[in-house]
Amino acid sequence: MAASSRRNPPPLPGAENQDPLSEMADEDSDEGEDIFVGNSNPVAEAFQPDTANGEEPADLFSEAETSTAVNSSITTSKSNGVHSDNENDLFAEVSVELSMENPSTTAKSSGAEFTPSLTRSATQPESMEQLEEEKDEDSFDMEVAVTNPEKIGDGMNAYMAYKVSTRTTLPMFRNRTFSVWRRFSDFLGLYEKLSVKHSLNGCIIPPPPEKSVVGMTKVKVGKDDSSSADFVERRRAALERYLQRVVCHPSLLQDPDVREFLERDELPRAVGTHTLSGAGFLKMINRASDAVSKMTIKISDSDAWFDNKLQEVESEELQLRKLHAVVDSLVNHRKELCGNTAVFAKSMAMLGNSEDNTALSRALSQLAEVEDKMETLHQEQAASDFFILAELLADYIRLLGAVRGCFEQRMKTWQRWQEAQSTLQKKREVEAKLLWANKPDKLQQAKEEITEWEGKVTQYERDFDRISVTVRKEFLRFEKEKSKDFKSQIVKYLESLLQSQQRHVKFWEAFLPEAKAIA
Amino acid sequence: TSPQHDAPRAVNVDLQTDATLQVDISDALSERDKVKFTVHTKSTLPNFKQNEFSVVRQHEEFIWLHDSFVENEEYAGYIIPPAPPRPDFDASREKLQKLGEGEGSMTKEEFTKMKQELEAEYLAIFKKTVAMHEVFLCRVAAHPVLRKDMNFHVFLEYNQDLSVRGKNKREKMEDFFKNVVKSADGVLVAGVKDVDDFFEHEKTFLLEYHNRVKDASSKSDRMIRSHKSKSPHCLIISTCLGKFFLKVSELFEKTRKIEARVAADEDLKLADLLKYYLRESQAAKDLLYRRGRALVDYENANKALDKARAKNKDVLQAETSQQVCCQKFEKISESAKQELIDFKTRRVAAFRKNLVELAELELKHAKVIFYYTWLSISDSIKSVSQPAVIGSPIGWSTIGPVSSGFGRCRPSF
Repeated sequence: MAASSRRNPPPLPGAENQDPLSEMADEDSDEGEDIFVGNSNPVAEAFQPDTANGEEPADLFSEAETSTAVNSSITTSKSNGVHSDNENDLFAEVSVELSMENPSTTAKSSGAEFTPSLTRSATQPESMEQLEEEKDEDSFDMEVAVTNPEKIGDGMNAYMAYKVSTRTTLPMFRNRTFSVWRRFSDFLGLYEKLSVKHSLNGCIIPPPPEKSVVGMTKVKVGKDDSSSADFVERRRAALERYLQRVVCHPSLLQDPDVREFLERDELPRAVGTHTLSGAGFLKMINRASDAVSKMTIKISDSDAWFDNKLQEVESEELQLRKLHAVVDSLVNHRKELCGNTAVFAKSMAMLGNSEDNTALSRALSQLAEVEDKMETLHQEQAASDFFILAELLADYIRLLGAVRGCFEQRMKTWQRWQEAQSTLQKKREVEAKLLWANKPDKLQQAKEEITEWEGKVTQYERDFDRISVTVRKEFLRFEKEKSKDFKSQIVKYLESLLQSQQRHVKFWEAFLPEAKAIA
Repeated sequence: TSPQHDAPRAVNVDLQTDATLQVDISDALSERDKVKFTVHTKSTLPNFKQNEFSVVRQHEEFIWLHDSFVENEEYAGYIIPPAPPRPDFDASREKLQKLGEGEGSMTKEEFTKMKQELEAEYLAIFKKTVAMHEVFLCRVAAHPVLRKDMNFHVFLEYNQDLSVRGKNKREKMEDFFKNVVKSADGVLVAGVKDVDDFFEHEKTFLLEYHNRVKDASSKSDRMIRSHKSKSPHCLIISTCLGKFFLKVSELFEKTRKIEARVAADEDLKLADLLKYYLRESQAAKDLLYRRGRALVDYENANKALDKARAKNKDVLQAETSQQVCCQKFEKISESAKQELIDFKTRRVAAFRKNLVELAELELKHAKVIFYYTWLSISDSIKSVSQPAVIGSPIGWSTIGPVSSGFGRCRPSF
């Protein structure tokens, strides 16, 4: 598809097709102000019109495909003949591109959390720059999708099963394409496992979508209306995004649990996910204690970077929450407008019926039809607001929570180190006292303890350094991903706005001659 | 660039302006609880002392004029142009007050924007009420008989206060009861089948039409209110977004302003049109009622005459009474037919004009929003901040800015 066969609206001043990204603004990616600045090539590849997006035309993973059971209301509107197909491809969903270190250099142990680049840069503070501008090398293709929600079983024991399909060229998987069936608790179980293993290292573990007793009950009970269909679709999309974020993470992808989740046919039922289980209680307690400790710890860190970033994260989270609330109310408003427009359309039709001038009567009926179509547009717009915008915001509110958790882990590690240092200090004081009091047997013990604690202090210090590096790296990666994510979602949203407007224009264009024909 | 919207006098009625008598409202001033209209007349008629002059009038004086037409038996056979609605800024004032109270809960940016919008809304209401009053005067001036009315000339020319006071409580109660009686009578009269097919048809038509216009008018009001109430949310969204996505926030802001324009245009072209024809169809119904009343009186007078002749008592009296009724009825019938035909013509023309303008405006706004959205998308892809290029490639005339100035308004016709 030629890059030039774009829309037919007015020409843009200045060619936009040549090399859109060579004129990237030169901004420090550390800032986070204008998120549309990204310096990574995957972005360029995604939006370059010349990219052969037609690789997998009928594949599960191209968004232009509408024949699957995945019936997102946004994609169906693309099949409206009004819009030329070329435009769809331009904005086809960015396939998750992974940047992977060469698999052969990865530590062979299953719990490998650290990629070689980490140890490299842990020793040199000046390579922080290097870290920040780390290019994505060796990008492998790895795509996951969550589709075909199916209700299994009946009544209160029923559940929704989702098809998880993977397509990959990575050698660590048995096949290139495969799919399995998973249920919601499986996803939660995956999160639990990853959390346990990786959160202590300062990794940002993507959080799964929230549980919803109300939503699920409606589905279980078999309430067959649009609200439960909406709920299922929301959940499906959220699970897909969750999984995509997990496989996008270089360390997490290495985890055998992830592999097992994607590949294994039958997964043992995750037990720790039920709200009232033992694990559930433990989580609640941990969360409570975290809240308390959060208030008291303040690292006297010479590196103010972490403090600043944490503050940024906190304020961003607040803003996103506010925005989310407003978008929600906007969605409601649109729905109200919808209803009122429909009612008005009917009223107009009635008026047209009683009008005895034929041409005027017809024009009024046409107006009623236009207003009816407006109503449909409003409804679609509301859905788009919701599915694209509100969900994006909700995702990131949760993610920012995870980021905060990450920072808190670091603080805990620091605290542990500090406490070990003070314990060591105390042991030394004890030793000094014993020396003075001349008790050789106890002295020996004291010396042993001192050695032990010296070891601990060294280890904890190393831990702290390590986690600091990880957190920093994770954060930068997160920022980059966030930038990409927001951008692609915003573009998707704008796209839907555009389509809606185009139809808006068509409707009124059709009506105008009718109005002029009144005599 | 000239403002886009047309002279409001032509909004709801299609009138031929006659050089012999031209009336308009050249200025208006909104004070605490009243509005002062400057009525400007240009005339070559000999009745007036000068060829061009202006007076200041208030709403009550318009009502007085309207009522004098309604009460005048001579005009029973005409559709009396409906009185302009009372200027009502209460809702708008309330909103402004609420905004002032809620000032602490929003950012300065949001507050300024909302204040601007509410002020613009106030101004729009103001302009509308001016337009309504003007339309009334123009209709009278265009009517071949009403334009000669003495009270009308006094209204136009007498540059002192007309000392017309608003109705006091007792008079309002009287009016209320009069209306109750009238509508009861109206039902009675309407029940009488008319000999004339034309009028019978008009009666049924108007009844149904009036009801449907009423329904359409209220539904359109609700829809447009929904449209408008979206605006504050979009405002908050755009200011919040501003911290994250400059481009999208700008788009939201632009779109919001345009959608506000759309709602205002719909209000003007559609809602006001329906409201106006609600009132005019009522006036037409009133005409039919008067004719029906006269018919009933005529038939009663005939019966009375027959009875008198049979009894041979008070025959002369009965005859004169019957004559009077007959003349009244025929006079009304004669002019009523033409009036109703004119009403139809006016209505069709007004709807045509407004629907065409509505469609054109909707189209224009939709195209502009489309263009801005498209710009936004291509901006987002480039990730480069681009200077605004709005307006230049398309060459659409800019939407006329809402004139500033809160109290004094110069209607830009």
